[in-house]
Amino acid sequence: MSRLNAHEKKTVTFKLNGLPVRADAESRMLLSDFIRHEIGLTGTHVGCEHGVCGACTIQVDGAPARACLMLAVQAEGADIRTVEALSPGEGRLSALQAAFKRHHGLQCGFCTPGILMSLDALISARPDAGRNEVRDHLSGHLCRCTGYVTIVEAALSALDEIRREVKSNV
Amino acid sequence: MKPAAFDYLQAATLDEALDALHEAGGDARVIAGGQSLVPMLNMRLARPAVLVDIMRIEALQKIERSGGDILIGAGVRQAKLEAWPDLANRLPLVAMALPWLGHVQTRARGTVCGSLAHADPSAELPLSLIALRGSVHLRTKRKKRTISAEDFFLGMMATELAEGEMIEAVSFPARADGTGYGFNEIGRRHGDFAITAVAAIVTEHSASIAIAGVDDRPRRFDVPLPDDSGLDDALNEIAWDLNARDDIHASARYRRELVRRLGRRTIEEAAACLA
Repeated sequence: MSRLNAHEKKTVTFKLNGLPVRADAESRMLLSDFIRHEIGLTGTHVGCEHGVCGACTIQVDGAPARACLMLAVQAEGADIRTVEALSPGEGRLSALQAAFKRHHGLQCGFCTPGILMSLDALISARPDAGRNEVRDHLSGHLCRCTGYVTIVEAALSALDEIRREVKSNV
Repeated sequence: MKPAAFDYLQAATLDEALDALHEAGGDARVIAGGQSLVPMLNMRLARPAVLVDIMRIEALQKIERSGGDILIGAGVRQAKLEAWPDLANRLPLVAMALPWLGHVQTRARGTVCGSLAHADPSAELPLSLIALRGSVHLRTKRKKRTISAEDFFLGMMATELAEGEMIEAVSFPARADGTGYGFNEIGRRHGDFAITAVAAIVTEHSASIAIAGVDDRPRRFDVPLPDDSGLDDALNEIAWDLNARDDIHASARYRRELVRRLGRRTIEEAAACLA
């Protein structure tokens, strides 16, 4: 058994966007704060901090999850991806990100990193997904700008593009 | 919106977890998926001195058949149960209820038993367990006990769990031949807490419904069969029996109407999948 007393710090190690990271955390430090303040990746946004708004959504071992509902110490050994992982290179956008830009799937952009991480997980797990699956994944996110219509269109457009690519590679 | 400080213990075995709970007594809470507990910690509605993490305990990760029941360990995440290939066949009611439970993003982390321990009066898994007349397996360092769902849920976020005790597993009775199941829920948006959720189980000779979101815990009632002229009266009596209250989401009157209408619809749907 490992025990971490309330005001002690422990070194937490996990894989973040393909690279090993390590930093110290108290037991009560949320994973969202750990990623932003200890690691310094601020693409993951923090909204409600009780799991409702979806802004802090990241991928943990391939599945979308709320970074504000995990303790940093619970992430020990996990494989974590944040929005910074999506771009294929400096100044370039992934198919999903490009579709968001094309379809005006964002305005203020506060909710966007979380939404991208949920939809990216959906696209990887189920490239055959349609409008219902997209809407179901979006139900875990609050966006106060777009009205969601453009987000759904962006996701469907990205799914189309990815399916076409897969087909042309066969 | 940050948790108060706590000691964090990560147990590698069930015995370690039980020892830690025994030692810390009433100041300890079990953390599994954290999807109900961490919001409580963040809002400081819960301030345990010790958290005992049980998610690295291999023995709690199982979904298995045990007699006529499906036994689900305390470490089984909701997404894992949702992806279990036998779910629709063995636990059709749970298969119907799970998509209503939170969101994809919370089901990926939250556990089945964690939702039971949290005991939100509108939650889908406690409702399913009450409807199926399942049972909960509790354990302390010194003793094990199995109690019925009916005895486990005591009220709003209140359960039979005692000091130093944890849920080891839950037993959901598996589908019986000649039985139809139904589930419906009304909420403001899909994934929100239910204003009212109804589960129904119908056989050729019997019918029952269970209702969440109205009383301070899910409750189950035997009712007449759907073609019996007494069903509407019975549902009306249940609606009045449930102590419906007004809150920010819906009036008591609306909830009673949901019990009557959603109740009948769910029973009819359960009967239809019997035919």
